[in-house]
Amino acid sequence: MVSANLQTAGSAAGMAVGIHGVSHSFQLEDRPLPVLDDVSIDVQPGEFVALLGPSGCGKSTLLRLLAGLDQPSEGRVVGDGADITAPDPSRVLVFQDPTLYPWRTVQANVALGLEARGLLKTQGHRVGDAIRLVGLAGFEAAYPHQLSGGMAQRVALARALVNDPRLLLLDEPLGKLDSLTRLSMQGELVSLWQRSGLTALLVTHDVEEALILAQRVIVFSPRPARIAAELVVDRPYPRHRDDPHLVELRRQALAVLGLDS
Amino acid sequence: MSASGITVAAPGVTPRASAPALWLGGLLAGGIWLGAAAFTAWLPDEIEVGRTQELALLAAVLGGLAVLAALTSGLFGEAGLKLRKAGPWLSVLGLALIGWEWLTAKSGTLPLPFFASPQGLLEVYLEDWPRLGESVLRSLWLLLTGYAIGAFAGFVAGVALGWSKAIGYWVHPVLRLIGPLPATAWLPIAFFVFPTSGSASTFLVALAAWFPVTVLTWSGVVGVNRNYYDIARTLGASQTFLVLKVAIPAALPQVFVGLFMGLGASFSVLVVAEMLGVKAGLGWYLQWAQGWAAYGNMYAALVVMALMCSGLTTLLFKSRDRLLAWQKGTVRW
Repeated sequence: MVSANLQTAGSAAGMAVGIHGVSHSFQLEDRPLPVLDDVSIDVQPGEFVALLGPSGCGKSTLLRLLAGLDQPSEGRVVGDGADITAPDPSRVLVFQDPTLYPWRTVQANVALGLEARGLLKTQGHRVGDAIRLVGLAGFEAAYPHQLSGGMAQRVALARALVNDPRLLLLDEPLGKLDSLTRLSMQGELVSLWQRSGLTALLVTHDVEEALILAQRVIVFSPRPARIAAELVVDRPYPRHRDDPHLVELRRQALAVLGLDS
Repeated sequence: MSASGITVAAPGVTPRASAPALWLGGLLAGGIWLGAAAFTAWLPDEIEVGRTQELALLAAVLGGLAVLAALTSGLFGEAGLKLRKAGPWLSVLGLALIGWEWLTAKSGTLPLPFFASPQGLLEVYLEDWPRLGESVLRSLWLLLTGYAIGAFAGFVAGVALGWSKAIGYWVHPVLRLIGPLPATAWLPIAFFVFPTSGSASTFLVALAAWFPVTVLTWSGVVGVNRNYYDIARTLGASQTFLVLKVAIPAALPQVFVGLFMGLGASFSVLVVAEMLGVKAGLGWYLQWAQGWAAYGNMYAALVVMALMCSGLTTLLFKSRDRLLAWQKGTVRW
């Protein structure tokens, strides 16, 4: 199985994530700009959690903290009990923009992580596995400018998955896709997550997307982001948009966001 | 053209819809060049110049080749089609040769010694080629060593400036003060500071190439999408990997703009240095020819210099196209 190939033997698939009393602010010219205000979330291994909130509220900052790209001003972020202080290939980030390297082919883009860690010689076969996993076999030699938006985002996903991550940080990865591609990729994301068993954190401002994909939806207030509500989506996959339970949850989420006119 | 309607193929030849068997433009060009040959050979020279018959022979050979190509270009596929695109230019060049020949050798409208006739130029190439050839080699050597040193130093300085704040602190003011100064301004100093005029000129050519390459490499590295670094860092990349595999490839399109500008700057410094100090090279040849009022030699050297500079620029663009094949919509040189 392809999904089995993407996991190293012996390691538990999903990472337990702890966010403990995290506050964060950016230093603008003279004054600090607070973006996160005392946020605490616990994520179980293998859980799919969506972080929902208005644009620019600070959700993406939270993902950067979890990726180890930035350090929180206050509080702790923890992965499997250990403080997150630096980036690590076990925690991978997928941006809204695919941010593929335009000078690399699909194959070389996906190989990036293995190459960076000097594993390309011994584990190069995983590149092909990851490309097949996202359904892009046959496009290995293509350059990013030759791909559609959806294909490029699939490559970005393969580039993340090839590193055998245990935590997948998704920063509005479907935000720039057309609505049809978006729907089909939502389904693909769910089946990918189900097969791999890794922990997934999805930042989105699309209520419906959060409810279709996640087991738990955490709703944030506008900046500085603090947790406004937590919705448990206890429905089996694949989910349907017109499920009355989801419709009710959608109404609740919009109410929390102040959009229930 | 009605030729496209003719689809009767010669036996053994696959008919090509896009390449009709006969190339009319080539026939026209061939006819013009043969005409130029006849014009040169049979009309008496107004001004006494040698090599008229050799020029006529050369034009006749070119005309013959064009006629031959017109009859056979369909057989050469891609290359034949490329040649066809050059048809109008071949015709116009033939006409230009006739005009030039008429204004100089045949009528004397443009008088010697300031204007050279085509056969005058041919004479220079046939008789003075050892000296001209040596000048080309000297110029090339000086240019390529200087340019290579300057481009390399500029590339390294640009990457360092873009990457390290500490290096930027020291290099940036120097770059700002010295960079915009034309390299030729250093000429008088360079010629007495350096032990030989050759090494002084190499330094000046290098300096001329260094500035644009540094600035554009620097701006290329600074302008790299921050997310490229974040992606690589989350995937376990080291600092070395970030510089070599992310910053440099991402900056490469800008680097090539710098290399292109640097090449132009080194050409001009090269010529000035050779005219003022170095006793060899095409710049020196130009100066020397002017001193002897050998204007034909000057024109001949200018043509060679144009070919050399254009050839080197073409080489640079070709290597860019190869390295940056992933880019869309770049200028075709």
